[in-house]
Amino acid sequence: MSNRIVNWFRFSSPQTFYPLAGRLLPWFAGSAAVLGAASLWLGLFVAPTDAQQGEGYRIIFVHVAASWMSMFIYVVMAGWAALGLIFNTRLSSMMASALAPTGTLFAFLSLWTGALWGKPMWGAWWVWDARLTSELILFFLYLGFIALQAAIDDPRRADRAGAVLALVGVVNVPIIYFSVYWWNTLHQGASVSLTKSPSMAHTMLWGMLLMALSFWMYAIAAALMRVRCIMLERERGSAWAGELAEAAQ
Amino acid sequence: MEPANAGAAVFAVVRRDLLLAARRKSEVLTVLFFFVIVASLFPLGIGAEPALLRSIAPGVLWVGALLASMLALNRMFAQDYADGTLEQMALSPQPFALMTAGKIAAHWLVSGLPLVLVAPVLGLQFDLDQRALGVLMLSLLMGTPLLSLVGAIGAALTLGVRGSGLLVSLLTLPLYIPALVFGAGSVEAEISGLGAGANLSLLAALLVLALFFAPWATAAALRIALE
Repeated sequence: MSNRIVNWFRFSSPQTFYPLAGRLLPWFAGSAAVLGAASLWLGLFVAPTDAQQGEGYRIIFVHVAASWMSMFIYVVMAGWAALGLIFNTRLSSMMASALAPTGTLFAFLSLWTGALWGKPMWGAWWVWDARLTSELILFFLYLGFIALQAAIDDPRRADRAGAVLALVGVVNVPIIYFSVYWWNTLHQGASVSLTKSPSMAHTMLWGMLLMALSFWMYAIAAALMRVRCIMLERERGSAWAGELAEAAQ
Repeated sequence: MEPANAGAAVFAVVRRDLLLAARRKSEVLTVLFFFVIVASLFPLGIGAEPALLRSIAPGVLWVGALLASMLALNRMFAQDYADGTLEQMALSPQPFALMTAGKIAAHWLVSGLPLVLVAPVLGLQFDLDQRALGVLMLSLLMGTPLLSLVGAIGAALTLGVRGSGLLVSLLTLPLYIPALVFGAGSVEAEISGLGAGANLSLLAALLVLALFFAPWATAAALRIALE
């Protein structure tokens, strides 16, 4: 047991984490592809056509999973950023920076697929529904985080400034969500809801869960890939980076 | 001349910033006139129908106040950062978060309070009745310090960063949304006869929350910028 704890901390250094990330990467990427294919097969071919929404509902398999991931990644990112800020660990901040683009991608994907779904179902690309609006604001928060880090040249300062912003953001996300929710209900009365048929067919649920798992795997793989790049970029002057086979080429 | 205690230090910071603002009046007036002009542009763009104006007034006036106070954010720390005053404050024995709170308070007195005072005049242009004007003033009285507090975090984070003027708007505007929703919502609720109590209470709650946390987060961000 104690051995495992020691190992855990060992991988908090870029030097030891870099090869580990490289070894883990194919597994996560592979399972993302397999799970994604399985989910698409379930969602596109096996799941029954929805009684009210026809074939158009199938975009929900991607949409729901992307929305979940976009929200979850922000919290994880803020967690890594907080670790980096508190314990001053380099790798934690690098993980936060590595997660941000993936989270932005999922937020965008969620908005995009939501618009594609909303046009045939609601007759509008965009509705000022509380969930849509807060997802849009989440997208802006991601962009702010990335823009702030990109604007600061010194990587350590960029890490900490980004961490403060991510923490302020994570405190604000629930406040923003409820403010938008109340604003919306105050203005429009009963608004369109994303909850559909009360009893969802099992195949639909499985398709959705598999897609969520696949997105998890994809997010981890993408973050690992990106964090490897960040590690090499920042540690390019160090001895271990110089000894790598990739660096020698 | 060392201030005796933390209270005196905060007071000295506020006094100094107010004095600096009084010597450079154009900066104060810029924010105020921005607000007035933005609010006056809307009827020209939308049309002078009184019913229409009444219904858009809360939103327009609040968004105008929000943009005006954002315009002033860059000034909050930039000069003190450039001439080293901020560094001296960070080094002083008084708590840095308190001094930051003093700077935010001075900033609000200079760029937020004038907006509150001029808002009823603009509200009259939008054909708001007396009670709605009162709620508008009250909501701005609680809302503009909230905007200054939240904006201070953004201003501190972008201190000395290239393109900070644009960046600060990207960082703070999403965080301004709750203030806008409850602030404009309170006036709207008053007009529609629902009563502004709920919205004003929420706005006050947010203000208390921000009063407690924002100076602290701003001080942390300033320390990062000062490294």
